[in-house]
Amino acid sequence: MAHDLAIRVDSLDVHYKDFQALWNVSLRVKKGEIVSVIGANGSGKSTLLNTISGIFRPTRGSIEYLGKRIDSLPAYQVLGLGISLVPEGRRVFARLTVYENLVMGAYLHRSRFNENNSLAKLYELFPILEERRNQMANTLSGGEQQMLAIARALMSEPELILCDEISLGLAPVIIEDIYRRIEQIHAQGLTIVLVDQDIRRSLEAADYAFVMLEGKVALEGEPASLGEEQVRKAYFGV
Amino acid sequence: MESYVQPVLNGILLGGLYAVIAIGMSTMFGIVKLVNLAHGDLMMLSSFLALSVITWLGLAPLWTLLVIVPVMYFVGFSVQAYLLNRVLGKDMEPPLLVAFGVSVILQNLLLLIYTPDARGLKTGLAVKTIPINKYLSIPVIYLLDFLVGLVVIFALYYFFQKTFMGRAIRAASDDEIAARLMGVNTRNIYARAMGIAMMTAAVAGVLVGMTFTFYPHTGPQYLIIAFGVVVIGGLGSMKGTLAGGLILAVAQLLGAHVFGPGFQLLIGYVALLIVLAVRPQGIFGRI
Repeated sequence: MAHDLAIRVDSLDVHYKDFQALWNVSLRVKKGEIVSVIGANGSGKSTLLNTISGIFRPTRGSIEYLGKRIDSLPAYQVLGLGISLVPEGRRVFARLTVYENLVMGAYLHRSRFNENNSLAKLYELFPILEERRNQMANTLSGGEQQMLAIARALMSEPELILCDEISLGLAPVIIEDIYRRIEQIHAQGLTIVLVDQDIRRSLEAADYAFVMLEGKVALEGEPASLGEEQVRKAYFGV
Repeated sequence: MESYVQPVLNGILLGGLYAVIAIGMSTMFGIVKLVNLAHGDLMMLSSFLALSVITWLGLAPLWTLLVIVPVMYFVGFSVQAYLLNRVLGKDMEPPLLVAFGVSVILQNLLLLIYTPDARGLKTGLAVKTIPINKYLSIPVIYLLDFLVGLVVIFALYYFFQKTFMGRAIRAASDDEIAARLMGVNTRNIYARAMGIAMMTAAVAGVLVGMTFTFYPHTGPQYLIIAFGVVVIGGLGSMKGTLAGGLILAVAQLLGAHVFGPGFQLLIGYVALLIVLAVRPQGIFGRI
């Protein structure tokens, strides 16, 4: 049982100073799955991903990755174990070139070793990035920046990627394009956790889904088993 | 007309020195938004350390760089790692106060150890000149300041653009959270950046010591020069720092030439005010 679980979050509480952002959140992600976490703005999705990544510390509860506790590890150690975050707002290094951004993704000692190999693979998956490799990242379009952020996260050769708001502010055609890449990446054996505003598309891609409301898990299940009425209720709380 | 050539030439050469004085401060501002008020005093620390090394080992001043530059790397690393990193990311003021504290402590420490006497790093180069013609000659020590200054700035530029660590420092200064997500230990990176900034301060300290007289309390004087240079050139920009150094020094020496030595500093600040009025962000943007 422990072996087919990638992420196991138990009774997680997270506070920002006096404000409690997550309440008793428990969540399972099986190896090789695409799991979608949906919910309204401020429901705690990003906080959850950031806490798994080691950017925030939980005040209570535990996070395990492949059976190992990771909730007190700093971000770079979590990354070293094979969990990579595509952060909300993309956060590409604006004044570094596309190439430099990608190489930064392989900063960890273990990944640096395989840098050229990863780079070649990602240029194959995202040809536009190879074309633009000597441009500053802030000259890219939103969709290209999102692809860069995903590619950069993959440079560390993770086994699990957490994607935060990957379609925010993008045109529908681009969103579809990005989801196709996500499915390609998944086909290569990666486990993926998606947080996205585009609920329909994100549920379509997912094997399993969690709906969050006000910092709690309100509903979970396979996307097909979640009725629209049910999701709406969990989403808006009415 | 010929009489203007000499001060302009001297100004350009001195500008190279001003740029090295400022480059460490400018770099740290670019990376961690830290205004290092102790920059001048850390430079003076290098001057005095060089003095001690000369006394103990009988080296020529330039050779002391081999000792002083690595020592100052560790001083810079420690100041950042053990003092400044603790107050980082809270507000602008706490790091400013810590740096100010370091400045006060250093000045008094130097005063205690070295007494308030005037000092200099004695070198035969200080009195040599290369005559060009009847009106014009190049002071060798200024030429040395200028050349070493250029080497430092280009080395630093190369380091930031081409090396693995330089890239990581730029990434961390661009977006700290994203850099942490890539596995960068940003605190450590900041400490190393400060170490490197202090390596440039070490070079500046030795050059200043060879060129001018110094005292334990001379630090703030150079801090103000550094401020002038980075304000003219634009904080965090290397090209700007070089340009700022040249403009400030040329303005100062031309001012001294035209209005008399008493006006040297004033004219420098007038140039500063003009740049602030016309282009408040400095001549160049950022790195």
